Amino acid sequence: MKKAFGPLLAVAGVMFVVAPFLIANAPYESTMGLIQKIFYYHVPSWFAMYLAIAVCGVASAIYLFKGTPVADAYATAGAEVAVLFGANGLVTGPLWGRVAWGVWWQWDVRLTTALLLELIFIAYLMVRRFGGPGAEKLAAATALFGTATAPFVYKSVDIWRTVHPNTNVIPTLRPSMGGPFAFSSLAFLLLSTLLLTARVHLAKRQMMVDQLYLAHEDQL
Amino acid sequence: MFVRTAWLVLRKDFAIEVKSLEVLTTTLFFAISCVLIFAFAFVKNGQAPEDAAAGILWIAIAFSGTLALGRTFERERYGETLRALLLAPAPRPALYVGKLLGMLALLAVAEALLVPLIAFLFQAALFSRPLLLAGILAGGTVGFSAVGTLFAAMLVRARSRDVLLPILLYPITIPVIIGGVRGTAALLASPVDEAGAIMWIGILTAFDVVFVTLSLWTFEPLMTE
Repeated sequence: MKKAFGPLLAVAGVMFVVAPFLIANAPYESTMGLIQKIFYYHVPSWFAMYLAIAVCGVASAIYLFKGTPVADAYATAGAEVAVLFGANGLVTGPLWGRVAWGVWWQWDVRLTTALLLELIFIAYLMVRRFGGPGAEKLAAATALFGTATAPFVYKSVDIWRTVHPNTNVIPTLRPSMGGPFAFSSLAFLLLSTLLLTARVHLAKRQMMVDQLYLAHEDQL
Repeated sequence: MFVRTAWLVLRKDFAIEVKSLEVLTTTLFFAISCVLIFAFAFVKNGQAPEDAAAGILWIAIAFSGTLALGRTFERERYGETLRALLLAPAPRPALYVGKLLGMLALLAVAEALLVPLIAFLFQAALFSRPLLLAGILAGGTVGFSAVGTLFAAMLVRARSRDVLLPILLYPITIPVIIGGVRGTAALLASPVDEAGAIMWIGILTAFDVVFVTLSLWTFEPLMTE
């Protein structure tokens, strides 16, 4: 991954430059018009968040049961990336809602649960920051509960009749819209993967520095 | 062995509590104070909005539950008895189940007081479908306590645990609290929305299964140093 990181970063950069042109050329949605185009940005953000949550959840389970320090690094990275892309989704959602619904926020199941999911992972980061020694395990448990909530957030729009569009929208997209959508989703997933690996790399370096420091202390 | 350990833990907590009644009285008092504060917030011209009773009931349960969780485990920390419990040659999940049952018993007492109180103060027809109400209360309380017991037990060792417990507990258990509030509101609707209440009991049960399974699964590695 270390060697591929630079080229992949370049690819992601190019994709983020090309994507606006593809989105601009995609046809207008008949009822919503221009504002619908935020969809190419909003939905992939949540995809990236779900990916990061999955990484965080799996890594937390491994850390909890095996105690591998690297798994903990992946879990932190996953949580941070999840919070970042979740915030992105929570900002772009109301922008769309203001035009489509006339209000910034609706107390709808999807919106509420998505906000909760974001809060759970912010809580995760707070526990790590303020929990003191042993907080990693506590955080790992938080991540597991957060990961268990995530599928519920995703499916909530299909269970209840909500004002938020449901998960059927994406598979039924016309190719002229589905193409740019797939492209921007890929770009977001690539970006989140790159951010994840960069963050894991940083955490590994931190661990190395800590170990060197301890070894140095021992010698004195 | 499993059932016996859980029972012994429950009996131990019960014996300690009966002597001082500290957690029970403070929790009940706090629950009633919550009801009063929210009554002041919602009542206009001597009348509360229709759904307010459901929300107030669950807020009081959640807040007083958090207080009780903190106090029960503070007691274990103070006496350094949690370590002793964990050293005992007993299955760890059984310790969790014992603690959880104690918490459930405590909240059941609190609810036995809160529900009539709210029905009385807000003229809420909470007792029109006693079985459904019991189902919603049980579903919500189990989910809330399952997560709460796990996190309170873990936080015994953490720094700034008083702050971290609500921070962790509320985002994770809010789906359960929403289920409780909406289910209770369905009972308060006129005519009573039985199908709605049953749907919410189903959702609460699903969350309970997920939360209890996750807690039993993670309690052992979490409590191992």
